[in-house]
Amino acid sequence: MAVRTPRQIGEDVWKTRIEKVNAELVTLTYGSVVAQLCKDFTNDYIQVNEQLDKMGYNIGIRLIEDILARTNSERCRSFKDTAEMISKVGFKIFLNITPAILNWSQDNKQFSLIFDDNPLSDFVELPDDGKAINELWYSNILCGVLRGALEMVQLQVEAKFVSDVLRGDDTTEMRVTLIRVLEDEMPVGDE
Amino acid sequence: MVVYSLYILNKAAGLIYQRDFNEGLRKLSSNDYLVLSGTFHAVHAIASRISPVPSSSGIEVLETETFRLQCFQTLTGTKFLLISEPRQQGSDAILRRIYELYADYVIKNPFYQIEMPVRCDLFDRHLGAYIKSL
Repeated sequence: MAVRTPRQIGEDVWKTRIEKVNAELVTLTYGSVVAQLCKDFTNDYIQVNEQLDKMGYNIGIRLIEDILARTNSERCRSFKDTAEMISKVGFKIFLNITPAILNWSQDNKQFSLIFDDNPLSDFVELPDDGKAINELWYSNILCGVLRGALEMVQLQVEAKFVSDVLRGDDTTEMRVTLIRVLEDEMPVGDE
Repeated sequence: MVVYSLYILNKAAGLIYQRDFNEGLRKLSSNDYLVLSGTFHAVHAIASRISPVPSSSGIEVLETETFRLQCFQTLTGTKFLLISEPRQQGSDAILRRIYELYADYVIKNPFYQIEMPVRCDLFDRHLGAYIKSL
């Protein structure tokens, strides 16, 4: 059987094996979660970012099994492969977007995901209290999702947004850094 | 097609699920089940390490006169062991389907704690229906 590229895997799973829900439902649900967190933490946006990241982590450690079970994929051979899988399979099947992978660092341990389209932030304008625009990373849940999902396949990463169109930046960019491969947690017998 | 039983081991070799699908199978004590899964985990690791060729998988299939054991290890380190009659075909595909059911009805249950014993009624029911349909 020919080896399928991440793009083919993503397209294929998206078309045939994913139940779709109304995008507005997702956007509104996420929006009300963030708004409620802002209220609960009395606009302490640093805390809100943290909570979103934690929630994302809990999603990520579960969602990875879904991807693996549906795509039947093999272990990535390099962090470059991992980046491809994240964009073309992960983001594709859960949000139907494929963020661009850019700005690789020299040592190939850091890259950026550029979100031209971000379904979570449709309709959103940040509160104009002068603080949110500098402190809140509205889509921070995605960072947690990546961190959690990759940890389960023995990759410890740091993921954080460095710009967001909601803040008036030109692009929405997430920086992903490989901290280390968790060798001692690697399942034995898995290359 | 006769599937006898299914074992699910977490990445720390703990037995988190065990179920027999046929009446009249010999039962072990709950401690023996734990010993069995711990032992398999170890032998699986040894098999991988003693291979003269680098990066070998662990045990994938174990055959005897009376049963066949197929092991499928996910990239996250969970092991699914399927015990069936010796001539069972397509155990690998069955395990992959079971992995999907596990991802759906165990992992996606927000109240299921990762790595802990599986007590999910929906999983039991869907798994039972799937095995019956084989």
